[in-house]
Amino acid sequence: MADNITLTIDGHPVSADPSQTVLDAARSAGVAIPTLCHHKDLLPYGGCRLCLVELRQGKRSQLVASCGYYAKAGLEVHTRSPRVLRARKLVLEVLLALMPYSEEIRRLAHENEVTETRYQRTMHYCVLCGLCVRYCDEVKHTNCIGFVGRGVERNVAWVPPDRYDQTCRTCFECMSLCPTGVFPSNFGLAEV
Amino acid sequence: MERFSSPRDLDQARQSAAQSRQGRLTLSLCSGTGCLANRSRPVYEALIAELDKAGAADKVIVKRTGCHGFCERGPILVVYPQEICYLSVQPDDVAEIVAKTVLKGELVDRLLWKQAGKTFTRQSDIPFYSHQTRQVLAHNSLMDPADIDDYIGYDGYAALADVLANRTPQQVIDEIKRADLRGRGGGGFPAGVKWETTRNAADPVKYVIVNGDEGDPGAYMDRSVLEGAPHSVLEGLIIGAYAIGATAGFFYIRQEYPLALTNTLKAIEQAEARGLLGDNILGSPFSFHVKVHQGAGAFVSGESSALVSAIEGRVGEPRLKYIRQSVSGLFGKPTCLNNVETWANVPLIIRNGADWFRATGTEGSKGTKIFSLVGQVEHTGLVEVPMGTTLRQIIYDIGGGIKSGRKFKAVQTGGPSGGCIPEAHLDTPVDFDALTQLGSMMGSGGMIVMDESSCMVDVARYFVEFLKEESCGKCLPCREGIREMVTILNRITQGQGRPGDIAFLEDIAVLLSEAALCGLGTSAANPVISTLRYFRDEYEAHIHAKTCPAGVCKALIAYTIDAERCQGCGACAKQCPTKAITGEKKAAHRIDQKKCVKCGVCLDACPKKYRAVAKVSSVSVVPEAVQTA
Amino acid sequence: MPEATEELCSLDRIDRIIDRYGGQRSALIQVLLDIQKEDKWLAEESLRHVASRLNVPLPQVYQVATFYKAFSLARRGRHLITVCMGTACHVRGSPRLFDRVSQKLGVGPGKTTHDGRFSLLTVNCMGCCALGPVLAIDEDYHSNPSAADLGRILSQYE
Repeated sequence: MADNITLTIDGHPVSADPSQTVLDAARSAGVAIPTLCHHKDLLPYGGCRLCLVELRQGKRSQLVASCGYYAKAGLEVHTRSPRVLRARKLVLEVLLALMPYSEEIRRLAHENEVTETRYQRTMHYCVLCGLCVRYCDEVKHTNCIGFVGRGVERNVAWVPPDRYDQTCRTCFECMSLCPTGVFPSNFGLAEV
Repeated sequence: MERFSSPRDLDQARQSAAQSRQGRLTLSLCSGTGCLANRSRPVYEALIAELDKAGAADKVIVKRTGCHGFCERGPILVVYPQEICYLSVQPDDVAEIVAKTVLKGELVDRLLWKQAGKTFTRQSDIPFYSHQTRQVLAHNSLMDPADIDDYIGYDGYAALADVLANRTPQQVIDEIKRADLRGRGGGGFPAGVKWETTRNAADPVKYVIVNGDEGDPGAYMDRSVLEGAPHSVLEGLIIGAYAIGATAGFFYIRQEYPLALTNTLKAIEQAEARGLLGDNILGSPFSFHVKVHQGAGAFVSGESSALVSAIEGRVGEPRLKYIRQSVSGLFGKPTCLNNVETWANVPLIIRNGADWFRATGTEGSKGTKIFSLVGQVEHTGLVEVPMGTTLRQIIYDIGGGIKSGRKFKAVQTGGPSGGCIPEAHLDTPVDFDALTQLGSMMGSGGMIVMDESSCMVDVARYFVEFLKEESCGKCLPCREGIREMVTILNRITQGQGRPGDIAFLEDIAVLLSEAALCGLGTSAANPVISTLRYFRDEYEAHIHAKTCPAGVCKALIAYTIDAERCQGCGACAKQCPTKAITGEKKAAHRIDQKKCVKCGVCLDACPKKYRAVAKVSSVSVVPEAVQTA
Repeated sequence: MPEATEELCSLDRIDRIIDRYGGQRSALIQVLLDIQKEDKWLAEESLRHVASRLNVPLPQVYQVATFYKAFSLARRGRHLITVCMGTACHVRGSPRLFDRVSQKLGVGPGKTTHDGRFSLLTVNCMGCCALGPVLAIDEDYHSNPSAADLGRILSQYE
């Protein structure tokens, strides 16, 4: 294992292993960064954009997903800068419309002063965080479910549909990962 | 096909190819996709038959070449060495061309270009061409893309031979860096720097890729280069591979471009047969192999990490990766991706030197750029100009101004991620940095001219709708932000815009540019932002006054018949698809607004001498329709 | 649903396609494109066969097959009519051209005529921008055909 390096998070020096992501480093240092599509057993995905942090280097500033950015010596990370908070609020406004039943999202929205959403609510409550799909693939290696379609047509589906009977009945581990709070009504409705 | 085992073999082939051209007329017929659509194939067949009949077949060389650029006036036939340019040639014209021009050296006047009372014989004198600097496209109208020897005869592969025999990889990289060649695919990243990073990456296995996923609607530069000069792209790629130290390369070509694919495959096959590609190229120790990967229809695949995923056989979805492709790209190996036009510039730079290349262009952007000049402009086609040429020069001097005398409104550059530039900025010199400052971008070079008949809200809606179909859907801001933008823009164009909609659009734009995962998402709001910046009054007219100033948005317009002008000829009623027009013969007709679908057929049908049908704001005709809508 | 007029790619033929690419996993998209080209659609049994031969999980094959526009999971007509909806064509009236074709065929976007002759599709730029609005029937391009032109052109296709 490589030697630890030091980066600063919100002005405080933090020691981290270079194989750690900025998110991991921040959390081990007790700095909270909200996430939705992140899971410790899964590869970084970067879909929800809740974990954005600001990196500064001199005058240059950049927002990155902390779940996929690896710790580097001398990195200057800000988790609550105005730029981060503005982006976070805008993401939360979308999430508030998409997953109104999630207590976690309601709490985060409240904390970030997002009180209402201008986005249309849809009947479809899946936020496509991909936790279930990736768990089925990366952890269980069963590949019962997958993404189909693209863009706004993207969905989670059993492929083929009869996989539900064969394999899922005895597993259902992915269900506990669903962050929307309405499981299972959000899932498995799409047909290929 | 004879295999070259040394630069000398290549040189001999070049001389004999050049010799075989001597003293013969060359008839070069454009056979790019545009001209094929204009029926250039029957012209070719007629030409062959007619030459046979006249017994002149061995006196002339007939070439089916790539795109000549002046697509609107295709099929184009150029007779060399005189460079006589015939436009809009039809099979019926061929007999006369053969009888007069081929046999007697006379001109067929009616097929020549005429402008402002003047007749132009030579292609390069036609204003559309004379204001251009054709470097990359220079050979497009001269060469048969399906014949490697033709390319060799015009100094093809000479740069490769020179590099392999006389230069170290580092020297090649230094030359490209000194030329300051910036990526033509959009971002304008310095190619030499990218090459060097890839070369210096630790992994010994490296790849080079031609990004031919030209997905921007309204752009076809790369298609034309691949169709017309596939060997120059291939030569550039091989030189790049040598400089970078790559042993394998890929062409990524859109499946919508079948001819580009065919010609590229043929070029690769011929280069392999000639020993210019494969093991021990031209007898040197350098070996390099190329494969072609077909795209399957996804705009996002042009994004480099998505393109790499697609070549790996996976869904072309951007990856969460903060490591450059030049360090870890295809199959995790250092990978250098450049677009078609960038690679095509490489042999030119090597052959003529970095100084030659730098002599053209602006401080920050060197060389030329190919644009596809399309839309409501008089002369559409493919143009190549020095960086720094102004928009006005391109649109007016080359393009001949706006079609049918209407007024210019905006020019859209940079594809769906670009923006609309208004008249006030027409004198901006076009280069990477100037366009970005205007809130648009160079993109790959699409240039869509719009006149006063285009509604800028509708144009924004069109682009966002396009991006909605093309977003991969992986990250939340892009998927949901674009979805919501479409909803808002639809509602505005349907006359149901609300106060606060503009502010909401601006917030979504921030969400996209700050939080989206890839370049498609972060630039997705550009069409909205740039139209809001320059044409905010049009948005406000739609939202507050419920009118569409350009008369485009169907919900906000109506057609009426002026009872005083109408002579009751019935031409409109006959063509109305919904039978919404009624009236006695020779008496004024009227349109039933409830039945009208606003297709505009009546407006076209009304005889010019009456001009009784008019397009008006719907508020003035059926105010209640808008209020209740 | 139109009657099946052609046999599907037999599994042998799919095997040959796969062998052409050396059976490599990374050839997934190329293999599917070849099958799509021969069959004009991707049948479930073809997808299953490809998944097992290339050793790619079936959901990933479906993900690819439903992601790209070139693929169709439903049977398509004998001829594809593609109307270009690119920007240049849009500002020159491709929506009206599309309506014209759609009326003539009596089907909407993505649909196939009852006799199985034509499927009507849209594409976001074919690169014939100077000739817009443009449509292609299979691989033949036509620049802004009028309603009368369309009738004549369509009658040339079986």
